[in-house]
Amino acid sequence: MTMSTVLAAAGGVSGGEEVTFWILAPLALLGAIGMVAARNAVHSALWLVLTMLCLGVFYVLQAGPFIGMVQIIVYTGAIMMLFLFVLMLVGRDSSDSLIETLRGQRVAAIVLGLGFAGLVGGALYRALEGTTAVGLEQANAEGNVQGIARLLFTKYVFAFELTSALLITAAVGAMVLAHVERRKQDKVDQPSTMKARFAPGNYPGPKPGPGVFATSSSVATPARLPDGRLTERSTPDILPVRELTAQETTLKGTDR
Amino acid sequence: MSPSYLAQDPTLADFGRDPWWLVLGKIVFAFAFGLLATLLGVWFERRVVGYMQVRPGPNQVGPFGLLQTLADGLKMAFKEDILPKAADKVVYFFAPTISVICAVTALSVVPFGPMVSIAGHHTPLQVTDVPVAVLLLLACSSMGVYGIVLGGWASGSTYPLLGGLRSSAQMISYEVAMGLSIVAVFMTAGTMSTSGIVAAQGDGTQLSIFGTDIPAPGWYAILLLPSFIIFFIATVGETNRAPFDLPEAESELVAGFMTEYSSLKFALFMLSEYVAMVTMSAVTTTLFLGGWRAPWPITLWEGANSGWWPMLWFFGKVIALVFVFVWLRGTLPRLRYDQFMRFGWKVLLPINLVWILVLSGLRSIEDWDSRGKLIAVGIPAGVLLIATLFWPSRRPQPKPTPQEQADNRPYGSFPLPPMDLQVPPSPRITRVVAEREPANIVAGSDSREV
Repeated sequence: MTMSTVLAAAGGVSGGEEVTFWILAPLALLGAIGMVAARNAVHSALWLVLTMLCLGVFYVLQAGPFIGMVQIIVYTGAIMMLFLFVLMLVGRDSSDSLIETLRGQRVAAIVLGLGFAGLVGGALYRALEGTTAVGLEQANAEGNVQGIARLLFTKYVFAFELTSALLITAAVGAMVLAHVERRKQDKVDQPSTMKARFAPGNYPGPKPGPGVFATSSSVATPARLPDGRLTERSTPDILPVRELTAQETTLKGTDR
Repeated sequence: MSPSYLAQDPTLADFGRDPWWLVLGKIVFAFAFGLLATLLGVWFERRVVGYMQVRPGPNQVGPFGLLQTLADGLKMAFKEDILPKAADKVVYFFAPTISVICAVTALSVVPFGPMVSIAGHHTPLQVTDVPVAVLLLLACSSMGVYGIVLGGWASGSTYPLLGGLRSSAQMISYEVAMGLSIVAVFMTAGTMSTSGIVAAQGDGTQLSIFGTDIPAPGWYAILLLPSFIIFFIATVGETNRAPFDLPEAESELVAGFMTEYSSLKFALFMLSEYVAMVTMSAVTTTLFLGGWRAPWPITLWEGANSGWWPMLWFFGKVIALVFVFVWLRGTLPRLRYDQFMRFGWKVLLPINLVWILVLSGLRSIEDWDSRGKLIAVGIPAGVLLIATLFWPSRRPQPKPTPQEQADNRPYGSFPLPPMDLQVPPSPRITRVVAEREPANIVAGSDSREV
């Protein structure tokens, strides 16, 4: 098999696996730290993408090519893309402010985080020290994808279906929340829009911009039509239409 | 089918046995294929679109204008590289490279041909293959979006940002349809490796209908026609090609995500677009069109599917698909964004789901032979087709004539010219004036005008 040279085998750690691990593990850590430390939200998301990519490669390395690829497609390709989508909608200058609202919060977070990492690492090390992994060959005996499918649809089928039901409920809930009920007669199709546009009493052309043929550059000054009349349609509705008085149009003496 | 014929099909066990120089050679070949395909692809597209629009297209640089793209590329390399002030410099720099890397990487699992002998080594014409190769292709295409989205975001101006946003939404929507149509291929082929899928399309089953043996085609484009159509449509959406090129819609967004890009960075985006187009054509060929296998009339020749010949069939199929891409661009107007999204989510996705359901239902019926299945699918499909063709259409209301429409307009409508308007002759053509009747124009002849 092509994978045997690089991928994990039950017995020990091959050279290729070790090299890949030592290249990617620092990168994954760097991504994790960068994700927390980056001030820009998009940069933060990108660091997380790096970590997720490294994790995907790790899964492939651990003889789980299917879960590795799914990690890259689903997490990196779809979920992080949605994150980026939202971040970009919010705006690109939404950097975090550096003002600490809780005094000493950052130091406490770092200390607690390191402590937690130490605890988990220590526990894992104590638990796994000296044990050799077995059963990889049997698990992948008929192929990685087939093995996962067998477990997913036999032993874990209840959990699998439950998870999918949960996800569908969430999706339907989001749709219901975002749904705007519109009655059938409220929907306007393109022909009726056009008919309304050219109906008598409605001027079909674009509105004149404020200040067209005007005596002032104020938006409150209505446009003057070619025949000399003022047109109310050129000013915003909240502004009263008025002609400027002579007193208003005379120079204010600021030019002297 | 002789054993020697079967030996041409590489299996997963045939990969990973090459010496390092052969691996390097294959990688360089795949990369060069991508670059060369871009060079020729741009020329091909411009020539074909030119032919469709009844104009010559590039024909000056080199024979048939073949070197036009090379000249353009060289020109681009020597242009000033503009870095916008508001740009996010690092991301702005990396975005085009992400695009290119993802587009080229996908070529590594595309099978170009069967087992061949190179300098004494018996090796498949494919860089590598993994048990989840098709998922790798999907991963590449979903990671390639990052280049576009980040390029749009990092440019620091409005149009690129809008292009990037559109692109991200577009890719997510169309990747769902794409993934679902691959599911049908997985179910039929029983494998996710590209070489395995090509091998699975090789053996067409023999059907005996009314006593005659008819070789049924093994290509998934025929067996899984709905999947093939949806996959190709999704491919066009995924590669940002017309009519789905909304991220770079020039009538709305200037150039979309690459508005601020110039020089080599712009060239990289251009490269990635064309490499992605060729890669997607190659993937479609592999998944649905039998990969490197020869099409029917050529298969009558014994050696069609062995040695180096299959590479030729493969390239032929890829070029045909690229032509379809270009054809679509020359024919269809760009979709509006809401139409595009509605098409993806409300048409492609439901059809795909129903089709997968039907397919898995058919496959789970075990005691039917392939002929029974064919009848079970073919008769309803035929009935449906005939029904849609000959369904009595509702008699349309007779359309009012222009004169009736004009008469029915309410008072105060927008003024219309008289219905029997004759264009008044030019006063400069005195001779013609004498021969014609005077124009029947009376100012305000329409009583309804105000």
